Amino acid sequence: MEMIKTSSLTYEYPVRDEEGEIKGTFRAIDGVEINAKTGDFIAILGHNGSGKSTLAKHLNALLLPTEGTVTVNGIDTRDGKRIWDIRQSAGMVFQNPDNQIIASVVEEDVAFGPENIGIPTEKIWERVDEGLDAVGMQEYRTASPNHLSGGQKQRVAIAGVVAIHPKCIIMDESTAMLDPLGRQEVLNTVRRLNREENMTVIWITHYMEEVTDADCIFVMNEGKVVMQGTPREVFSRAEELEKLKLDVPQVTRLADRLRKKGLDIPKGILHMEELTEAICRLK
Amino acid sequence: MSLEVRNLNYVYGLGTPMEKKALTDISFSIPKGQFLGIIGHTGSGKSTLIQHLNGLIRATSGEIIYDGRNIYEKDYPMKELRQKVGLVFQYPEYQLFEETVMKDVCFGPLNQGLSKEECEKRAAEALLMTGISEKYWKKSPFELSGGQKRRVAIAGVLAMQPDYLILDEPTAGLDPRGRDDILGQIRELHEKSGLGVVLVSHSMDDIAEYVERVIVIDSGKLRQDGTPREVFRHYKELEEYGLSAPQITYIMHSLRDKGIMVDTEITRVDEACEEILRVLGRKE
Repeated sequence: MEMIKTSSLTYEYPVRDEEGEIKGTFRAIDGVEINAKTGDFIAILGHNGSGKSTLAKHLNALLLPTEGTVTVNGIDTRDGKRIWDIRQSAGMVFQNPDNQIIASVVEEDVAFGPENIGIPTEKIWERVDEGLDAVGMQEYRTASPNHLSGGQKQRVAIAGVVAIHPKCIIMDESTAMLDPLGRQEVLNTVRRLNREENMTVIWITHYMEEVTDADCIFVMNEGKVVMQGTPREVFSRAEELEKLKLDVPQVTRLADRLRKKGLDIPKGILHMEELTEAICRLK
Repeated sequence: MSLEVRNLNYVYGLGTPMEKKALTDISFSIPKGQFLGIIGHTGSGKSTLIQHLNGLIRATSGEIIYDGRNIYEKDYPMKELRQKVGLVFQYPEYQLFEETVMKDVCFGPLNQGLSKEECEKRAAEALLMTGISEKYWKKSPFELSGGQKRRVAIAGVLAMQPDYLILDEPTAGLDPRGRDDILGQIRELHEKSGLGVVLVSHSMDDIAEYVERVIVIDSGKLRQDGTPREVFRHYKELEEYGLSAPQITYIMHSLRDKGIMVDTEITRVDEACEEILRVLGRKE
């Protein structure tokens, strides 16, 4: 089942001069084709300004294509009448936890989504329970969000998304502001939703090591998809990634360096265990 | 010269029901020219601590000694301190406001009362130091990329010619190249001009790569203080504080567990590569 599909997606916005007159257009997204099947974990990489976030905003109809189409769970995002169906299918978590928490009590924050889509009151509490269980934040349900750590706040934001029962969750650099433990908590939470609930995940990040287990990676540059493949395929192309202002995980970098020094180590190593094994074979 | 923190305590909302101890009995000294890293989980007190270093927050008790003088002395020249100890906040690009990059960077020195010429000279130097070439100087800062904006904001602090530069997570949200560029330029400045640097970071890999010394803050207390090697040796303890070791350190431990007798205190890719070659007997 196709969860998300973009065909020839193009997005342009007007560029204005100092007087506010339109002096041209900027093509932020240029002919992007991506698709995600139900249950996929899809990663999107790309340097600052490459179009990742603009693309993400098309996936739940926050932006509409200038040309081409985006379908979410089979619905064309240009179908204005079904915008709430789309946003219910694809929930988004942003970068800054402080910008997306609105209530003064955790459970009320999680309830905001289901309440807005018209879930009956008694059902809302069930949804809140589900959401908080899904992210392991049940014990904080009556806490004030401003007493939580960054990672905990992001988990509350995810709980709010889970509570509207989306089929897909879009994480737009949601780990960028977190400490190592917070990042791990958020990544583990989303991986579990992906594995156990078969939730489709679109994971946007600047941290390469977060996406070594993704089903597919799309790499963007100047609004275009310039590379796509499995993590092993993509991270085998370290030099190209570097030209795109990106990187490979540290373990891959170490493996590449050892190979260049003449050690017989396979290309595209992504995990510590693989590297350890490869080195043990050389002993 | 040094910047010294002595028995620093800070309590939020002292005497109210919301009273909360943010920092407890913290002491350390940063010699001029040192590249110091501060790590700690979100909410550990790092940002509160660094705001004490230039007098933005006043300690509940304890002293900050800059160049031999307690900054809490009566009539201490706070304005001068803020010029000498430059603080770059998180997401400093949100603080850009002027019409042009040049004007924005001149704002600090102009406030110090320097002539326009002197300000522009300093601003030009600071912009070049952060890798913003002349073609951008007359542009609006809002036309630049995220990484460039952030470098302009850092230049704004450098233009005041501080002795210490304190950076609160300067690479958050940047792509890998943007991270390397900013930290590489700061390292160069540190090496060339002897600038003292305090880097607050959530990236253990960056800490391993760039700093000479790390202090670890947890629950408002200073838990560890040493070289990256020394501090990351206690990685199990760091994990309890919501932190971790650099990825390379975990790889070294994993190799050693499998009987490859590498030095487990290694934290960087280049060192790890050499060490593995050495242990395998393939030294170049």
